[in-house]
Amino acid sequence: MGIFFFIPLLMVLAVSFASRGTDGGVEWTVNLTNYAHLADPLYLRIYGRSSGLALATTALCLLLGFPLAYSIARAPIRWQGIWLLLVMIPFWTNFLVRTYAWIFILRTEGLMNTVLINLGLTTQPIELLYSDWSILIGLVYGYLPFMVLPLYAALERLDSSVVEAAWDLYATGWFVFWRVVLPLTKPGVVAGCIFVFIPSLGAFITPDLLGGAKTMMVGNLIQHEYLVMRDWPLGSAISFALMALVLLAAMAYFKTDGRLDRLERGG
Amino acid sequence: MADTSVELRDLVKYHGATLAVDHLSLEVRSGEFFSILGPSGAGKTTTLRLVGGFERPDRGEILIEGRSMQNVPPNLRPVNLVFQTFALFPHMTVFDNVAFGLEMRRVRRAELRSRVSAALDMVKLSDKHSRLPSQLSGGEQQRVALARALVNRPAVVLLDEPLGALDQQLRQEMQLELKTIQKQVGITFICVTHHQEEALIMSDRVAVMDHGRVLQVGSPQEVYESPTSEVVARFIGLSNHLSGRIVTVDGTTCTITSSDIPTTQPLLVRRPPGPMEANRVMLLLRPERLHLSQDAHACRFDNAVSARIDKVTYTGSEMQYLLRLSDSVLWRARLPNSGARQERFRVGEAVFLCWNADDGVILTE
Repeated sequence: MGIFFFIPLLMVLAVSFASRGTDGGVEWTVNLTNYAHLADPLYLRIYGRSSGLALATTALCLLLGFPLAYSIARAPIRWQGIWLLLVMIPFWTNFLVRTYAWIFILRTEGLMNTVLINLGLTTQPIELLYSDWSILIGLVYGYLPFMVLPLYAALERLDSSVVEAAWDLYATGWFVFWRVVLPLTKPGVVAGCIFVFIPSLGAFITPDLLGGAKTMMVGNLIQHEYLVMRDWPLGSAISFALMALVLLAAMAYFKTDGRLDRLERGG
Repeated sequence: MADTSVELRDLVKYHGATLAVDHLSLEVRSGEFFSILGPSGAGKTTTLRLVGGFERPDRGEILIEGRSMQNVPPNLRPVNLVFQTFALFPHMTVFDNVAFGLEMRRVRRAELRSRVSAALDMVKLSDKHSRLPSQLSGGEQQRVALARALVNRPAVVLLDEPLGALDQQLRQEMQLELKTIQKQVGITFICVTHHQEEALIMSDRVAVMDHGRVLQVGSPQEVYESPTSEVVARFIGLSNHLSGRIVTVDGTTCTITSSDIPTTQPLLVRRPPGPMEANRVMLLLRPERLHLSQDAHACRFDNAVSARIDKVTYTGSEMQYLLRLSDSVLWRARLPNSGARQERFRVGEAVFLCWNADDGVILTE
């Protein structure tokens, strides 16, 4: 198992130190120029907007996913399975097809604009599609289940009498959430955020289709380097740098958390 | 009504289609240790949760210190609940757990500190204030839960099976300690338990509950020694039963006969208060009130019936006998182990069971 996981990674790492051949092949002249290229101002802008969109996606997923996961976890047992199933059903459809469906909803003569016009909220169709907003909607839609599932797992384990105890000790709804529910479900929140942030940072189908291919995210950049520019070494370098960054951030988090855990167990 | 702390008026609560609390009325006095005792499923915990505000009654009213609790959420009630599972905040230290209620009520830092310290002193946990709940033993967690309630100086502390999660030995220690602390702080305690001995040891008054209704309210002595119904008698301690008929009644005593046992003389029993109309009655006798003898005349008691020993159990502190009075009547007797010179009986031996008129209780059917 581990071998299958690591071999492609090592190949990507190796290629990232090579350079592009004249006809798009890989030339094994080991150097660091690809990594130097990463700091190109054009690329930096792409990293910036990607991170911004991924952060916004994560925040929105958390904001929408928490109440959803909470109500599922507090529903009667026999309903919980049904709700979870409903959350997961979209996964059974091809991601491409689901993303196309959003084009039909968001385009100027689409469902959303028709509803808005019929409700009299706007007289003219709004340009929803091919903007950062449509990418954001697509990403939130696509990755919301990745947020809901770990949150549900954490909330389901939460002892309801602890929540009642906070309420009994004069805490209002906000304080019950902030001082008790959130700290006790933090592992689920962190897992959900990582599960949403990482794939949305590297997403390329959604920005391609809903962003109209005019805005690039890191995922598109990598795809572009590999498939259009045929510069595998640079594409590999970008992928590897991205992965290393995410990995480092996750490790830094778990290290501090692990320290706290040991402290809690009185080691 | 200054000395009434909590008043429940005609409470009704359904859980789905089942009636959990059935027209329940109770009055709990200020500063008393009040226990609600009953088998599991009797509606005790539901009653406690209604007082705490976690559930709303379908009918009836709850008054705490004369104030109606209708539509008052738990965080605004002058009541704190000690949960059965303790429900300590696992991510907070002992100090922060105890301080939580004061913090939510925005008590100033200096006062908060001194009150939390005093509460931890009271439960003898001052040295563990920076521990997390997971680092404490069950008994210590129980104390934190108690301190977390007491520190707020509520009008009433509610305890849901407070000793249920503790082992036998710790339980007995905590029973006395809970009672001591309650007397010390003078706060009204309402405690729910299914453990009859615990209720008798700790409480000033006990309410016996079954099927959502209160069957009897009284001091531990009253409910144990003068149960008003068979259910109460059966639930609080072991008891022997014999159905019979009243033969004669005079000022303080009456006599009964039973067709269930072969007896020559009517049995003498203390007369229950009130008019004696019913003819058919039930005689209740506690196993520890019975005496055994081989000679009916040697035992100087009001009553003596013959029996055969069915089983003998040695528990260390006492001898327990199972006695057959007739084909349909089997009684228990518990005699303290008073040493080697005590008369011991063997299985199959014919003996006389003796007791005084005051030892029996009559229930009219």
